[in-house]
Amino acid sequence: MASVKADAGTISYREAVAEGIAREMRRDPAVVCLGEDIGAAGGVFKTTAGLFAEFGPQRIWDTPISEQAIVGAAMGAAMTGIRPVAEIMFSDFLACCWDYLANEIPKVRYMTGGQVTVPLVIRTANGGGLGFGAQHSQAVENWALTIPGLKIAAPSTPADVIGLMASAIRSDDPVVFFEHKGLFASKGLLPPEGHLVELGKAAVVREGTDVTLVALAYTVPIALAAAERLAAKGISTEVVDLRCLIPMDMTTVLASVAKTSRLVTVEENPHQAGWGATVVSVVVDEGFQLLDAPVRRVASANVPLPFADALEDEVMPTVDKVVAAAESVANF
Amino acid sequence: MSSAPAIEAARLLDLYEQMAVIRRTEKAVYDLFLAGLVKGTTHLASGQEAIAVGASAALRPDDYVFATYRGHHHAMARGASPQACLAELMQKATGLCKAKGGSMHLTYAAGNMLGSYAIVGAHLPMAVGTAWSARLRGTEQVSVAFFGDGATNIGAFHEALNLAAVWKLPVIFVCENNLYMEYTPIGAVTAADHPAADRAPAYRLPAQVVDGNDVVAVHDAMAAAALRAREGEGPTVIEAETYRHYGHSRTDPATYRPAEEVERWLKHDPLDVARARLEALGVTPDAIGKVDDRASAQVAEAVAEAKAAPPADIAEAFTDVWADGGSAWRT
Repeated sequence: MASVKADAGTISYREAVAEGIAREMRRDPAVVCLGEDIGAAGGVFKTTAGLFAEFGPQRIWDTPISEQAIVGAAMGAAMTGIRPVAEIMFSDFLACCWDYLANEIPKVRYMTGGQVTVPLVIRTANGGGLGFGAQHSQAVENWALTIPGLKIAAPSTPADVIGLMASAIRSDDPVVFFEHKGLFASKGLLPPEGHLVELGKAAVVREGTDVTLVALAYTVPIALAAAERLAAKGISTEVVDLRCLIPMDMTTVLASVAKTSRLVTVEENPHQAGWGATVVSVVVDEGFQLLDAPVRRVASANVPLPFADALEDEVMPTVDKVVAAAESVANF
Repeated sequence: MSSAPAIEAARLLDLYEQMAVIRRTEKAVYDLFLAGLVKGTTHLASGQEAIAVGASAALRPDDYVFATYRGHHHAMARGASPQACLAELMQKATGLCKAKGGSMHLTYAAGNMLGSYAIVGAHLPMAVGTAWSARLRGTEQVSVAFFGDGATNIGAFHEALNLAAVWKLPVIFVCENNLYMEYTPIGAVTAADHPAADRAPAYRLPAQVVDGNDVVAVHDAMAAAALRAREGEGPTVIEAETYRHYGHSRTDPATYRPAEEVERWLKHDPLDVARARLEALGVTPDAIGKVDDRASAQVAEAVAEAKAAPPADIAEAFTDVWADGGSAWRT
């Protein structure tokens, strides 16, 4: 097929972030990046490696450790013809500029009666599994989900990083873009130039008939690994990669549940007020007649993220926990 | 410091009229609130008109302005009509923000007045961002953030000044120091005599303290700062000393202010200061009186039109979240 080029290589999730940004910066001179250590240093996770060399200091701006100034300046620039891509180094630090995510960016268009529009992207390294402790490991995608007015993307593969990054930067709406620390080293196919993944379109990444797993970012490979184990036990599992929390693709989720009649959400954010609660509420409200079993949520425990590997595993979603939950509903 | 030409009589009379319209609009808001026609809360700018009008007079129409929840004067100084402001406060469909913003969020993007923000200090980094954008686009536009004395003690103020200084951006930080953060004297909670101006040197920024009730003094300071910004010399901090005639917000009778202090400042009313300047330039009391009458008539008409306007359109509750005009969050 023409879409799979003979020379198509692989790319890591980490490299895909810089590649996705670079493709948009080549396309549109209004795209400008700012953040801490993103320039010559290439970012603490090397997710902006090469951008400074290619685009220079007028497109790639190193900032002080000033999260409010970073996101606030991005907001002002976005109002006036620039498409800023702001990096907040760890998603935990979003709390340092939460006013902008909670009160300013998502509300300005509405409260001005549509006079002011802010096309910007806030990129941030999210999630646990690397032993960074309670203040550098959180999965905070559910924080953003509490605020009407923010779009939320959280890719699970390098191709989706590139495709969703393109859509996020081109979007006239503010997008919070969660890059997962635990996925940076993972590899996948390098998508062709022009690759776009529409915001709010989930992907069915494995088809099945007995149970639906809805996953996001880091939990997608966990769900896929669980599906393999479940297959060995005779349970056919469908895995939906939600890709975005807003817009939330409930059409795909409800269609999958119509097929399987069983639902398990696989979330990394804490169980309390996690995104799965919203997914489940819609399914129960609009698809109750589709269900043959109780719905289960596998999410992180309602405790701060601990440091030690064994403790972190105890708290976060694992393949074992997903298999157990899926079996419980499949055998209900 | 200033190379701005002196404001001549006709121009000053025009600025006086703008201030007179704002003063009467704010009085109308006060009365309409008591009559139950304005709800929620209001933070009136009576007494602080010279800062908005003097500053605007020194700016280009395409310069960017950001204000606080006490921002009626800035919206009007950038061209928003009293009628649209009043209609917004009275929850009318013809309101400046379709009745979705209210008193604390008056915005007039047509005049590059990019919003009134009600989280203290939040808009200073935004003004840094529009200044950065102007630099990136090569437009020589200047950005201005107006803020209260209380904002100088919040982190965003310091992050904004530092980043603007490091990037040498064309932004002017204008502190409207009305002596009270809300109910507490600013001096009681600030380890600096001039809460904005005294902090500026730490960021290697020039600062000027001006009489915020003198429209000419404000204009001249702004003209100099704008020139400096346009010439690529970077940000300036202006601290304009002023006084609000009403309490902090609608529910505050401001009984905490000493009577003699109130008396002293009421005698230094920005309209009186401008009137004295006009008379010194040879403008007759009769000519000033005609302007006063015209301002009164304009605001009376605005009140009548706002009262007669249709109420907020219910359908607007679900528009303007996204750039496509809608509010859909899921499929």
